[in-house]
Amino acid sequence: MQTIKKIFQIIFFSALVHSGFAQEQKGNLLIRNGNVITVTKGNLEATDILIKEGKITRIGKNIQAPQDYRVLDATGLFVMPGIIDAHSHAGIDAINEATTPVSAEVNVGDVLNPFQVSLYRALAGGVTTIHAMHGSANAIGGQCETIKLRYGVKDPEALRMEGAPRTIKFALGENPTRVHGGGGIVPRTRMGVEFVIRQAFSQAQEYNTLWEEYNQQKQQKGFRGTPPPYSTRLETLSDILKGDIIIHCHSYRADELQMMLKVCKDFGIKNIVFQHVNEGFKVAPELAEYGAMASVFSDWWAYKLEVYYSTAYNAAILTKNGVTTSINSDDGELMRHLYHEAAKTQKYGGLSENEALALITINPAKQLGIDKRVGSIEISKEADLAVFKNHPLSIYTVPMFTIVDGVVRFDREKDPDDMRMYIDPKLAVDEGYSDGAKHHADNCMGDTGKNSMRLFEQNLDEK
Amino acid sequence: MKILKYLLCFFLLGYGLAVQAQIPKAKSGTFALTNASIETITNGIITNGTVIITGGKISALGSDAKIPEGAEIIDCSGLWIYPGMIDSGSRLGLFEFGQASQASDVSELGDVVPQMRAITAVNPNSVSIPLTRVSGVTTALTVPEGSLFSGTASLINLHGYTPDQMYAGFDAVVLNYPRTGRRGQFDRRTDEEIQKTADKEIARLNEVWEKATQYHKLDSATKGKMQYYPEMQALLPVVRGTMTLMIDVNASKDIESALKWVAGKKIKKVVFSGVAEGWRVADAIASARIPVLTGPVLNLPARQYDAYDKAYANAGLMKKAGVKVAIKTDSRTMNNRNLPYNAGFAAAYGMGREEALKAITIVPAEIFGVDDKLGSVEQGKSATLVVCDGDLLETKTQVKHVFIDGWQMPMVSRQTLLYEEFLNRNPGLTKEK
Repeated sequence: MQTIKKIFQIIFFSALVHSGFAQEQKGNLLIRNGNVITVTKGNLEATDILIKEGKITRIGKNIQAPQDYRVLDATGLFVMPGIIDAHSHAGIDAINEATTPVSAEVNVGDVLNPFQVSLYRALAGGVTTIHAMHGSANAIGGQCETIKLRYGVKDPEALRMEGAPRTIKFALGENPTRVHGGGGIVPRTRMGVEFVIRQAFSQAQEYNTLWEEYNQQKQQKGFRGTPPPYSTRLETLSDILKGDIIIHCHSYRADELQMMLKVCKDFGIKNIVFQHVNEGFKVAPELAEYGAMASVFSDWWAYKLEVYYSTAYNAAILTKNGVTTSINSDDGELMRHLYHEAAKTQKYGGLSENEALALITINPAKQLGIDKRVGSIEISKEADLAVFKNHPLSIYTVPMFTIVDGVVRFDREKDPDDMRMYIDPKLAVDEGYSDGAKHHADNCMGDTGKNSMRLFEQNLDEK
Repeated sequence: MKILKYLLCFFLLGYGLAVQAQIPKAKSGTFALTNASIETITNGIITNGTVIITGGKISALGSDAKIPEGAEIIDCSGLWIYPGMIDSGSRLGLFEFGQASQASDVSELGDVVPQMRAITAVNPNSVSIPLTRVSGVTTALTVPEGSLFSGTASLINLHGYTPDQMYAGFDAVVLNYPRTGRRGQFDRRTDEEIQKTADKEIARLNEVWEKATQYHKLDSATKGKMQYYPEMQALLPVVRGTMTLMIDVNASKDIESALKWVAGKKIKKVVFSGVAEGWRVADAIASARIPVLTGPVLNLPARQYDAYDKAYANAGLMKKAGVKVAIKTDSRTMNNRNLPYNAGFAAAYGMGREEALKAITIVPAEIFGVDDKLGSVEQGKSATLVVCDGDLLETKTQVKHVFIDGWQMPMVSRQTLLYEEFLNRNPGLTKEK
């Protein structure tokens, strides 16, 4: 009896501790006298921002900090909304469930890892929210997770941006055709990719009809039938058809973009964001008309044939044609200087400062369906902010503070050499030199290799 | 009828000109770049200055430079003139796009193949070349990759229709120094296994070098009558100290090992490339007086426990210790055009603007022994110049003109042409007749 009581106590307490950890920390903070770039409501010189319990409550001059508020002097510094990366593979322990062309049933939200130092490195580049994505091995990939960079929390749950809309990865072109077609499974061609997607949606429609019929019949007295078989995959796909999940579709070529637009139209799908979309500039009017959005690299090209006909002017052409566009990283290194990547659109296509900054703030927020909460500096929005030494679009700028939910998560002046949170007791002190330039651990084709050595040593240019 | 004929002729002529205008070509001649701010790199800044280009060279510069008769005057009011930037690590001309072996000539088979010369495989018509030069990178070292002695790198100017026309006067045999340590946290080998592999690889390197020295002695003794032995023949000038050995080395322990190896073999001309962890052993590199080509600056730290900004700070830390530092992109995605931004990040994270600017101009020119032609704006040097509307390192700066050896480059690349075609696509949504 005593033992059972003890067990109950342990369960009770551990549940308590668990819920304590899972709770997000929310800060009270006054940022004083900064050059505030709101992105949506202009620039404000020498302005204060008051943050209460993680939300922006006041923006103005001479705001007094209530007691116990942390005060951050931003005199001479630039304060902008925290940067949002609409395409990342950081913070997750697996990227591709590459075993089947349709893997809508899996969710990277199940493999969140708050210990990855890449999250801190992104924070040190002013990033506050990332879209942790499934990879591009499958025509219909897994579900993705929008997370906040609350580096320091140890509970994976505490990384989630609660209430952010569900998203899912799709992939067109060379990656899905190589992974599956190369192994003798459809798709091997772009024709096959279209077929796989149409087939999956058609099956989801049938599934939906079966369940609707069953649910109707169930209402009738004396109904004795059995329910149709339950499928997590088809549930997910039918949620896409119902408009409950935003598709984020890895794509490059203009032809496959048009194909996907037609598929969406035929199945009544409105929420679609194209990822990478290097040839988006060729079909910008079509994308704009449909309301499809685009999340692009600033200048990456030539890493494979389907990105050979790219242009660094892509973001500018898309923007000027009315497509809601963002600049993403898909890479643990690029993620650290998205402000610089955005600045390149001033060079390539002459976007204004505000248009350039929108590419990494409010626009990715729209693409993730979180623009009511983050992506600009406005009263009642969540206090995710990045503070820079110079104007964030200048090459000479340095991120100084990064704030998530009013909590300062990065402070350049208090930045120890080793920011790892968890040191494996069995790990040798010298973990060895790894060449950051020659592989990217977090990219779209991660986990598709036969073993991890192949993955990390040779998986070079597979965006 | 005659009028019609004339009209037709006129039309055809006009049409011909129009077509010609769409295929821009480089242009040589005498140019006067007037009213410019000139950042000479070696002799400070000249305001309201003029640069005269004659016969491919800077024939005069200064605020009172006389404009020769017949010179094409390019008004550079509000603009800045810099020397062309030099990327000291690239795959330019060897690599077209990834994931297709047919589109890459970067890496030949074999672990000792110094006779594989980059310059022979440079494709002058690679799409990357105009793309890179319109951003002001005018010169690049193009480097064969592989294991141990992977080939001979060459310095090329990014203009010309044959490799010979592009060659910029410097070659180096590439040695990829054996990686003696653990290769990151996913390397699960035991310490013994790592040591064993390292010993074996160093032994292989020593064996090759020993052979090369023997070959040199025999070659001297026989007055060059040795039988055909291509890899040893390629190493000969390195052994004799007339050609540079470029050692690609990154981890700190490997750098230390390489320093010892170079000293032990008494190799005369050496440059280190990569040197990602140079900051850990900067003093040792400085006292060995070995210059480095480091980059990319925009890179992750090499170890999980290193500070996030170590790759940004590395060039500056080495410079501070007294190392001669050039910055390279070593771009895998053919973005050598980002060279000024690599320098810019180094500048912001401790190196300072002036030194960072030198690290992509005069310093690599000196390291490659071409500073009599390149790397600064000076009278008598090659007219390899960039004209832009602001600070060369700043992201939003627009490059307005590029000259390579006095040739005025057309300011177009495939990427600018796509922009012009697709910004306002016609037909747009509907195809009306």
